Amino acid sequence: MSKWISSLNQPTALVPAVAILFGLVFGGIVMLLGGFDPIAAYAALVRKVFGSSYDIGETIRTITPILFTGLAVGFAFRAGVFNIGADGQYIIGMTAATFVGIKIHLPAFLHAPLAVLVGMICGGLWGALCGYLKAYRGVHEVISAIMLNWIALFLSNYLLMKFLVEEGQQKTPNIDETASVSIGWLSEAMGGARMDWGIWIGLISVALFYILLWRTKQGYDLRAVGHNPDAAQAAGINVKTTFMKTMMISGMFAGLGGVFSVLGVFHYQVASGASEGYGFDGIAVALLGGNHPVGILFGAILFGLLTYGSAGMNFDANVPTEIVRIVIGSIIFFVASHSIITKLLKPMLSRRSTNKRKGASADGNAG
Amino acid sequence: MEQSVPVVELAGITKRFPGIVANDDISLDLRKGEIHALLGENGAGKSTLMSILFGLYQPDEGEIRVNGKAVKIDGAGKAIELGIGMVHQHFKLVQPFTVAENIVLGVEPVRGLSIHLKQANEKVRELSARYGLKVDPLVKVQDISVGMQQRVEILKTLYRGAEILIFDEPTAVLTVQEIQELMQILRQLAGEGKSIILITHKLKEIMEVSDRVTIIRRGKVVGTVRTAETSESQLAEMMVGRRVSFDVNKEKREPGPVVLEVENLTVAGGERGTHAVDGVSLRIREGEILGLAGVDGNGQHELVEALAGLRPAIGGRIALNGADVTRLPTKARIEAGLASIPEDRQKHGLVLDFTLSENMVLGSTERRRFFGGGFLKDKEIDAYAKKLVADFDVRSAGVHSRARSLSGGNQQKAIIARELERHPKLIVAVQPTRGLDIGAIEFVHERLLQARSEGKAILLISYELDELYKLSDRIQVISGGRIMGEVDPELGEDDDKIGLMMAGQASNDQGGGAA
Repeated sequence: MSKWISSLNQPTALVPAVAILFGLVFGGIVMLLGGFDPIAAYAALVRKVFGSSYDIGETIRTITPILFTGLAVGFAFRAGVFNIGADGQYIIGMTAATFVGIKIHLPAFLHAPLAVLVGMICGGLWGALCGYLKAYRGVHEVISAIMLNWIALFLSNYLLMKFLVEEGQQKTPNIDETASVSIGWLSEAMGGARMDWGIWIGLISVALFYILLWRTKQGYDLRAVGHNPDAAQAAGINVKTTFMKTMMISGMFAGLGGVFSVLGVFHYQVASGASEGYGFDGIAVALLGGNHPVGILFGAILFGLLTYGSAGMNFDANVPTEIVRIVIGSIIFFVASHSIITKLLKPMLSRRSTNKRKGASADGNAG
Repeated sequence: MEQSVPVVELAGITKRFPGIVANDDISLDLRKGEIHALLGENGAGKSTLMSILFGLYQPDEGEIRVNGKAVKIDGAGKAIELGIGMVHQHFKLVQPFTVAENIVLGVEPVRGLSIHLKQANEKVRELSARYGLKVDPLVKVQDISVGMQQRVEILKTLYRGAEILIFDEPTAVLTVQEIQELMQILRQLAGEGKSIILITHKLKEIMEVSDRVTIIRRGKVVGTVRTAETSESQLAEMMVGRRVSFDVNKEKREPGPVVLEVENLTVAGGERGTHAVDGVSLRIREGEILGLAGVDGNGQHELVEALAGLRPAIGGRIALNGADVTRLPTKARIEAGLASIPEDRQKHGLVLDFTLSENMVLGSTERRRFFGGGFLKDKEIDAYAKKLVADFDVRSAGVHSRARSLSGGNQQKAIIARELERHPKLIVAVQPTRGLDIGAIEFVHERLLQARSEGKAILLISYELDELYKLSDRIQVISGGRIMGEVDPELGEDDDKIGLMMAGQASNDQGGGAA
């Protein structure tokens, strides 16, 4: 599988672009088969997203958590680790932020940053736990992460019910006003859409992701481990701690997603029997974005648009929202099975690559 | 030699791959009962040509004639039908099956619904007696030696009625004695009227066993010569395209103080509960090359990994420059002056998807110079990489090209550049010239000897005895994880003595050498 993962690390925008096109066309075909008008449906989707400043704001809100979990999954992929546990890290980050937001009372300039920080670190530790199990106990990260996702969900439900939720309720009381990271004036400007610091921190995270991976020694080690753990180890890089650090950082990204969901959007947390599944959307976004931060940003935007816009499709064109999941699903399918697309594009690409290879072999022959 | 119709004729074979012509108008004929060597450097097009003959590729142009008749070989099945058999470099055997079961696999004699094992065993015995290929049909393949496994592969082709046998680098994995036996087998097969194509880059073997040699360079035939009318140096020149010097200048040198001292080292990992490295003691001094001879898989890998800190020692002691490093991690050992040129350069030596620049600072101990404040100093790294690339003549499209895009020889040069530029005290070089062409081999040998002159201690592990003789100050032989004895290369080549030790015969370094 690691070979498959690394094949997804190749940075090319063409494959995802074609995959998106295929996905949209395939979704359209499904709509036609179901007796719906795809053009009207997609038009309704676009209208919904860009219809008003409120809708644009809410679309951004939808993008934010997917961006964080996408960064989390993509970051881990770069070190050759499949972090399927972003969901659990998201929940742990959210729960920790809720606790700080409700149980601790501080002035705003301390309270909100503290809640963000604690949530981020707790998400990171939850990820590091998975990394520890992989590095030192030989547990495959996919197995442990799936289990840790459920543990995270029910652990946080237990903690919420035990310490925060009042009798007869399913949700916690609101966090202190001082812990809120909502941006009131921006919400007003966006017609009441729930705007917060999340998307800004998300954009900063995109930059941090890049700097960390490609500009620092730590990122260098991490990429070396991701590409070739054997060579990294032979060069004296500690592969085990690299796995742990990677999962820690990855978990921090995911945790931030949960943090802003509670501190910025809802201001309370619900004890629920199932997760919101942002961790899994994150996997799809990371795939779509080629595990590159900018790609992930675009992937998250696309997912946000489709998810939020699907409501309009339902409303205006009477197309069930599930159709959008089919579109999303087929996009992911086409990205993941990129060899199909590469094959389809081959006649178009071969001329270019032949020229390139000619250059390379000419160099080789000189040797 | 009789001048009848050749059994195989390749006429004007051309095969193009995107961007490269692998075979360019190649013609070759194989006569009955002949051993025909196919000589060329890596990437010259030998394997492509043989894959075409064995039906794995289709030629773009040209014709194949078997016994004078033009044929179209569109798969291995068709090749076998035409009596062409191939003994691959990497054996394709089912380990838990017996020798006979492996030989008949796919064309089993059946009785009712079950395999007629008795008949299979009989047939195998018959074949093995006829061609002098000693094997026991009833033992499992996993329990027999590599040389024996190769015989099983040969029998497989004979069982399928092969009249034309292709051998792809057959001696790469064999001991000295096994190579001798194989040469004997080849002669016997030819004597029985089989026609043999021998793909190799080992000139010595060609001179010893072949009737004619066809040399290819960069996809083209340079010429076909009778072995009796040529010489090693002429063949080498034809293969490389220029004069090749076989001699290296090894200056006399008094070794200095001890750099590496290994005492009674034991490493786990052997088969069936044995130790992969079983009480090995070594000592290498400054300016000394210790050659370690042995057949692949006798504890060399584990020894090297233990030296590098990639595998724990369960007993014994490793000292580098007098300091005990037995329990230190790899990084600390690199800092203490360890450099390695690994056997598998793509797996352990390079990160193929990294640029040349990035690879040049892999494992670098100069943190402040390249990674100031935890950040990569690109300018510094690139400048350093450019310097190394120039000094060591690494040919690439630039320091920002990926290591993957380099040829094998240039990848190896890049590793050597990186490791030597670190100014190590000890260099552990495993098969440093594996798969390289002659030009690159010369380069690697020169650099190792230069490092020796600079006073570095070198542990050279190789399966090529010639290389060990040429470079080493002392040669020790490892077998079954133990050091069997020592040979002084100054006293001349003594293949028999080394061969016996490689096969696990007790050491006689007390001075009972036959030479």
